[in-house]
Amino acid sequence: MKNLNRYGYFFIAPFWLVFLVFSIYPVALTFYYSFTNYTGSGEAQLVGLANYKRLLTDTYFVEAFFNTWKIWGVNFALQMGLALILAMIFSDMRVKLKGIAFFRAIFYLPNLITISSVALLFGILLDWQHGSLNMMLMKLGIISDPINWLNEPTSAQLSISLILTWMWFGHSFIVVMAGVSGISKDYYEAALIDGANRWQTFSKITIPLLKPILLYIMITSLIGGLQLFDLPMLLTDGIGSPDGSLNTMVLYLYNQAFKYNNYGYAAAVAYGLFVITLIFSAFIFKGMYGKERKQPRQV
Amino acid sequence: MAILCFIPFLMMLVNATRSNEAILSGFTLIPGSAIVENYQTMMSYINIWAGFKNSLIISVLVTLLSGYFSALTAYGFAFYVFKGKNAMFVFMLVMMMVPGQLGLIGFYELCKNLGILDTYIPLIIPAAASPFVVFFLRQYILTTLHPSLIEAARIDGASEFKIFHTIAIPIMMPAIATMSIFTFIGSWNNYIMPLVVLFSPEKFTLPVLMGFLKGSQVAQNLGSMYLGIAISVVPIMVAFLFLSKYIVNSISAGSIKE
Repeated sequence: MKNLNRYGYFFIAPFWLVFLVFSIYPVALTFYYSFTNYTGSGEAQLVGLANYKRLLTDTYFVEAFFNTWKIWGVNFALQMGLALILAMIFSDMRVKLKGIAFFRAIFYLPNLITISSVALLFGILLDWQHGSLNMMLMKLGIISDPINWLNEPTSAQLSISLILTWMWFGHSFIVVMAGVSGISKDYYEAALIDGANRWQTFSKITIPLLKPILLYIMITSLIGGLQLFDLPMLLTDGIGSPDGSLNTMVLYLYNQAFKYNNYGYAAAVAYGLFVITLIFSAFIFKGMYGKERKQPRQV
Repeated sequence: MAILCFIPFLMMLVNATRSNEAILSGFTLIPGSAIVENYQTMMSYINIWAGFKNSLIISVLVTLLSGYFSALTAYGFAFYVFKGKNAMFVFMLVMMMVPGQLGLIGFYELCKNLGILDTYIPLIIPAAASPFVVFFLRQYILTTLHPSLIEAARIDGASEFKIFHTIAIPIMMPAIATMSIFTFIGSWNNYIMPLVVLFSPEKFTLPVLMGFLKGSQVAQNLGSMYLGIAISVVPIMVAFLFLSKYIVNSISAGSIKE
């Protein structure tokens, strides 16, 4: 039989053509620009490591870094807490809640809506004078004066965290539930016979066995969270008001490149972001798996 | 919890039917009667249906392109032995880890030099190279398609591409469908790319158009604003109603990788 393996190249050729042109080349080009003072027009001049030196001492970038972390951290804690509590309720063998498919769908719905629509919607719902949230709270007598949610750094960041939680807890819940359904029922039956209560079952069986899934959610959420852009961009003025508190790393990157035409510097910001993402992903991996390996495995 | 998820949508729907003055004067859950005026005001500023159409065209093409070429690549990686295969595969996986923003500036410059800014080409063509989909499909096809099936087809005299189209594609279809849902949602929600490469308002995708809405005069009229958001949201909700089972199952399938 003649050798057909050369066909392998034909099959993967279109992929590589597009991949080289539209993925790898731009990444390489961005790397090159990060060593130049390119402004979007004219010639790019090499400036060595100047952009990276600037990046390390740039208070705006450092601020954006911490903003991103604060917003993501609060959102992630809330989101996972909610998802796990819900998973605990829905997976309990003794309760047997009906309609899980319905709830999964409802919880997931906010995640499907275009983020810009979500941002716009909350932008006007949270509006200081005419927003429905303030009006509702005032009508219910919870507050007497309207709160200017998006005009104060802490409440603005908290607002974004809560919106992100609203958008993503359903997704995490579905993934966690998928993981739970993969755990053998035998463990739960054994626990039931041994008289374990709901919390013991959850903390001693579900959580340890879900570790790989929780790690997966954490990594994907972190990578997505570090790239937070749409919501902060659309919720206020697009440059991080109030007081720079909504200035995230990607928003900073976008504004440096496409608003102020500092392409060279923005390219360095992109690589800074990349390095940060790498470091923290590695960190999580080591934290979750490194410990496990040290313990002797019991059969 | 379910109610909490729904409240923002409810407020949106109610306010979409009320006039600007009614919204300014207070909060209620009783629908108003100004929906037609709101619609006219909104349409006089932006054509939201054009945004819909643009988003739909792009997302459908992206999904088709990504599905077909990823299947092609996955098949190539799975069933042929050639020089550099492993290196290429590993390289692809490494590139998968790279965040999308890393190449943004280079991508913009490339499009500028190719003269394809303000067209849909940079939004559609790159979908032909989706490492994650290739990776997922390769794992799937390795476990579901037995090489003897390919051997049999070869002995029957089918050409390599015919085998791919008539045997591999149908077998991969469940996995392609799963990935297609992700690709479609991802493309539909993509904001930063169209924002960077598109300039003409009539070419804007829905997300960019919504951002545009905020900065425009129509933002003065809250009723129209709510209606605009509602129009951008409701069709998705309706589609989701019918497809929720598949979508939810896809998320579960995509997230469990043992």
